[in-house]
Amino acid sequence: MNGGNYLQFVVPGIIALSAMNTSFNTVGASLNMSRLYHKTLEEYLTAPISAFSIVLGNVLAGSLRGILASIIILGLAFVFGAKITVNFWFFLIILLTCFLFASLGVVAAMTIDSHEDMSNFSTFVILPMSFLCGTFFSSEKLPEFIRYFIELLPLTHASQSLRAIAWGYDFPAVSLLVFLGYSVVLFAAGVIVVRKVK
Amino acid sequence: MIKINQLTKYYGKIKAVNGIDLHVGGGEIFGLLGPNGAGKTTTIRMLTMLAKPSGGKAFINGYEITRDLLKVKKEIGVVPQYMNLDIEMTTWENLELHGRLHKMPKDDRRKRIQELLDYVELRDRAGDLVGKLSGGMKRRLMVARALMHYPHVLFLDEPTVGLDPQTRRRIWDLIRRMNNDGMTVLLTTHYIEESEMLCHRIGIMDRGQLIALGTPEELKKRVGEVVVETLNQGCTKYKFFADREQAVKYARSLKQNVIIRESNLEDVFVELTGRKVGD
Repeated sequence: MNGGNYLQFVVPGIIALSAMNTSFNTVGASLNMSRLYHKTLEEYLTAPISAFSIVLGNVLAGSLRGILASIIILGLAFVFGAKITVNFWFFLIILLTCFLFASLGVVAAMTIDSHEDMSNFSTFVILPMSFLCGTFFSSEKLPEFIRYFIELLPLTHASQSLRAIAWGYDFPAVSLLVFLGYSVVLFAAGVIVVRKVK
Repeated sequence: MIKINQLTKYYGKIKAVNGIDLHVGGGEIFGLLGPNGAGKTTTIRMLTMLAKPSGGKAFINGYEITRDLLKVKKEIGVVPQYMNLDIEMTTWENLELHGRLHKMPKDDRRKRIQELLDYVELRDRAGDLVGKLSGGMKRRLMVARALMHYPHVLFLDEPTVGLDPQTRRRIWDLIRRMNNDGMTVLLTTHYIEESEMLCHRIGIMDRGQLIALGTPEELKKRVGEVVVETLNQGCTKYKFFADREQAVKYARSLKQNVIIRESNLEDVFVELTGRKVGD
């Protein structure tokens, strides 16, 4: 693949993947449990704090965990001898990826009414993204109409941008807009679903 | 203190609460009594802003619950019927978190936590994880948590469900003590004796409606203070009388053994709803 070895190719993808998984799951699982099982969410809902604060708290906590998970993968990659470039933009993209998937976690946790359906969501939405979005292999060989669809998914932009930076290139500025767009929309959706009590 | 005007909640086609009117005065202990599914919890959930009313209005200390959200939240303390303390935190930390959520200054928080731990007799368990506390201690801690930010109205949803008799009485004492200190209390229960022991006034709810309202004595007077029980072919019949004289007169006219006794709230409930609590 462009002469680089597979480790060089796969490490940025795995970092994007673990940023997504960790931030989505830690927020999704704990908020869903807190809402349906422990009922501790009510303590926050009856306190004089805004839905915005509740969502921001959850999303930042999820993002922090996502970043830590990514740093661990990055550390391991260096141990195994991957030669990749890491700079400010690299971490900014990890942060934005974490932020948007943590926001998705809030939306999922607040709208899905059982733990079983939460794991169904992971199986049918999160897991396919892991394989399709250029994580383990390039999406160039896929049929064209699927490629257009995949280009719309945020994880594709995360792995492509991280890969570009890691290999010493500039990443496409449009990806940054994609991250910001998803982040704003999903965060706002999170605030709306928290505000909307039944 | 609490004013409820035609409060209504639909879940799809089901009318969980169907237009109730109620006025609870300051310093009162008011009990909503009713079978499971009568709409008591839904009423409390609307008043604590965990459920959105489908219709009607409710005011707490003059603030409308759907408009003055943040102000209402400062006025009320909520003790839900299920344990929702954070079990991964200690007794102290649960109270500390509540204080922070209510933006209490640090010194104020410290002082209040000490005070409340004494109040609910949990001072020696302050550093223990909540998971290690007994059911009664958890319930007391939930009461302390609800009191943390000096609310004026306390909502308790089934405060003694699943507790042993000793613990139950302790919770009752705690509720009376808070009331003596000026707290307005609205509680729900399906234990008849609990409402009779504790509440100044009682509202009986059934199928989403408030079907009777008054002091326990008033409610008993309404159906008759003396009851004559007769057993006919395995089915007990109740007949109510205003005083003992009339009851005895009636009993003498029957040609079988009867039981004459004072009526209780359960009789009131059965007479008004036509079924037993828990049906």
